[in-house]
Amino acid sequence: MTEPLRRPKRKNPVLATRLSVLPPWQRSRVALGLTAAAAEGRFALQRCADCGTVQYPPRENCHRCLGDQLPWCEVDGGGELISQTTLLHSHDLFFRERVPWRLGMVKLDCGPVVVVHLHADVGAPATRLRVGARLDRAGMGVLVGFPEQDVPNMADDRQLREMTCDPRFRKVLVTDGKTAVGQALVRALVAAGADRIWVGHSEPWKMLPGFAELAAIPQVTLVPLDVTNALSVREMGGEIGARVDILINNAEYHRAHGIASRHGTEVARAEMDVNYFGLLRLAQEFGPVMRARVADGQSSATAWVNLLSIFALSNFPAHGTFSASKAAAFSLAQCLRAEMRPAGLRVMNVFPGPLDDEWNQLLPPPKLAPEALAKAVVAALRDGVEDVYPGDVAQEWITRYRENPKVLERELAAG
Amino acid sequence: MHGPARPEATQHVTTRMRYEGVAVAVPVTQPYVRYSVRSAHWFIAEVLSKLLKTTGLRKEQIDGLCVSGFLLAPDTAVGLTQNLGVSPRWLDHIPMGGACGVVALRRAARAVQAGDAEIVACIAGDTNHVDSFRQTLGSFSQFARDAVYPYGSGGPNASFAFLTDYYMRTTGARREDFGKLCVAQRTNALPNPVALFRKPLSLQDYLDARPIAEPLHLFDCVMPCAGGEGFLVMSEDRARSMGLRYAQLLGSIERHNAFPEDPIQMRGGWAMDKDDLYDQAGVGPGDMDFVEVYDDYPVITAMQLEDLGFCAKSAAPQFIRENTFTCDGSLPLNTSGGQLSVGQAGAAGGYLGLVEALRQLTDQPLGAPVPSARLGLVSGFGMINYDRGLCSGAVVLARSAA
Repeated sequence: MTEPLRRPKRKNPVLATRLSVLPPWQRSRVALGLTAAAAEGRFALQRCADCGTVQYPPRENCHRCLGDQLPWCEVDGGGELISQTTLLHSHDLFFRERVPWRLGMVKLDCGPVVVVHLHADVGAPATRLRVGARLDRAGMGVLVGFPEQDVPNMADDRQLREMTCDPRFRKVLVTDGKTAVGQALVRALVAAGADRIWVGHSEPWKMLPGFAELAAIPQVTLVPLDVTNALSVREMGGEIGARVDILINNAEYHRAHGIASRHGTEVARAEMDVNYFGLLRLAQEFGPVMRARVADGQSSATAWVNLLSIFALSNFPAHGTFSASKAAAFSLAQCLRAEMRPAGLRVMNVFPGPLDDEWNQLLPPPKLAPEALAKAVVAALRDGVEDVYPGDVAQEWITRYRENPKVLERELAAG
Repeated sequence: MHGPARPEATQHVTTRMRYEGVAVAVPVTQPYVRYSVRSAHWFIAEVLSKLLKTTGLRKEQIDGLCVSGFLLAPDTAVGLTQNLGVSPRWLDHIPMGGACGVVALRRAARAVQAGDAEIVACIAGDTNHVDSFRQTLGSFSQFARDAVYPYGSGGPNASFAFLTDYYMRTTGARREDFGKLCVAQRTNALPNPVALFRKPLSLQDYLDARPIAEPLHLFDCVMPCAGGEGFLVMSEDRARSMGLRYAQLLGSIERHNAFPEDPIQMRGGWAMDKDDLYDQAGVGPGDMDFVEVYDDYPVITAMQLEDLGFCAKSAAPQFIRENTFTCDGSLPLNTSGGQLSVGQAGAAGGYLGLVEALRQLTDQPLGAPVPSARLGLVSGFGMINYDRGLCSGAVVLARSAA
């Protein structure tokens, strides 16, 4: 049985902070299909469109019929552990620092034999287990063998924690505590066992509902933070940057309308200032120091979460300039991910559909409740996924977008 | 007698041609070192040089060349011809790891029989720099890079740990059984001057060694090193005219990706082809005076003993308990110490047993001789591409009548 995680002791300031190393990240192009699915928390393998054979390791032709149409399909992870080993020696720095490391060989019910990182609570062979996909510290898709039934403290498995970003006993910065989403995030993080939560707030003269209650939560520390103000971001980065394990940027400026219905550029400029430049300012002040702390013990720096919008993928003309600012933020977030990945810091992009808030008042339901969004963010951190499309609207949009982005563009233009 | 005697020859639709008139001669070894700053090219050149010096042949007289070496990359046998200044009319490059010696001999023998080449030099050599083994592992194969190496980066230790775990669980093999093989091979290595491990090993030492990848411990694992091996293939007439001692090739097999539906490797291609081998050779496993099997880990030795008919499937543990494997034992096995005691010089590991068999059959062993050795079996196994070794092969060699 996995030992429950304990609150780590204070860091010994005399000891050097361990530098981050990654597990091997090289993959062939075809193998990246596993990563693409794992980035959304799905376990998918190649299934031959001609003969139905599921195969692994990935390749470009079906090993049974040589067909070359091999879509990545979600598969059932049930299987039997046929063999296991525990490494006490590794040729790679990442694993060398982390042995003993348990591995398994699994015969999946759907066909192939797979090598997996093996959870400590899986019994000895031959036993049933279920295989899932996760992103490892290098951000690459890998397979993990889990116990067939959930067991207590499952997420606390030492090997699994190298792949996830569980907020438990970690220190989190939520950049805007004044919105309903920010407050829901803080409450969800407290419930998830976060050790400390810094909550940013700008414009102190605005007393919005719920904010006073937030300040009363023992784990919460309110900090002045205005993402449109370079000095404010720099000061906060200097003050708490070296302690933040998870940064959640939920600061957002959202107004309706597109181009013709609102004259001038002031609103669009404000949207860009918060949604795009705000992210850029935060990334420049917090990114480098977080990147340096990825291997800093049990509660290391682990994730950066961007609250984007499903409108980042394809413009929603009724909220046209907002969509554009989120598209810019999305593009920048991809750059941030590329710069953080070599250190092993996960950049997670969240693409919600319309939230149930005042700025989406005129949109018909379903609309995403702030609590549901917060829950999705915490779940994504626990699973260590990279891209999150929470709620029915986002799920429908992403499905349509993947089917045909041009068709979606026309549908959105029709209103 | 070890296992059944020669089975009655079965009539194949197409009978394979025998290797009549072929001589396998001039076993040479470029001594092994743990690390070298030389290249694989250098080790192969040294072996070629030794082949020439031993025989008095000129480079130009060697008209066939067959090479293997992991660390030749980006070069192949093609680049080596210019590198070595040779102009062969027959050239082969065999990237089959532990099966490369057996396969090289098969190919070369046919080339000589057909007259495509008169004298073929078969050479495997590899170097080992301080970090080259790790670098080879990460790019060993597409499947290894995508689906094995990112899982703990244990290299072959991890792959063979899986096979050993499964084998022990299903056959009842104990660590003591594998230990007996390792200890016997170490005994065989003690008088071999090129063996890297020449310190006596006790069963207790074996059992007490530190774990590497459960259930494998230190002495279950080969040591990567640098070195080279080679021999010549030519007609018997030619060998006799040169006054060379040689061995005859009685039979051979090779197989790749055997039994792909097995969920985990419990047998290799030998199990498919052993009847073919013994039919062609006209002898059976019980006739062998010694055996040289591929031994990067002892579990694969056990599988070869089973699949080549020395005992029934899954009966190797019992067979090991009932036999002795030193040069004076009931079944002399890996008589120069095998890779586990000599070292694994990359692709040359696929030649080690073959070159040692030639030495035994031509009365020039580096270490202890196998008393009155007339027949020997050499088996190769190579290339853990993903979850199992894909290449397997074996040859039966006999002392020449002359």
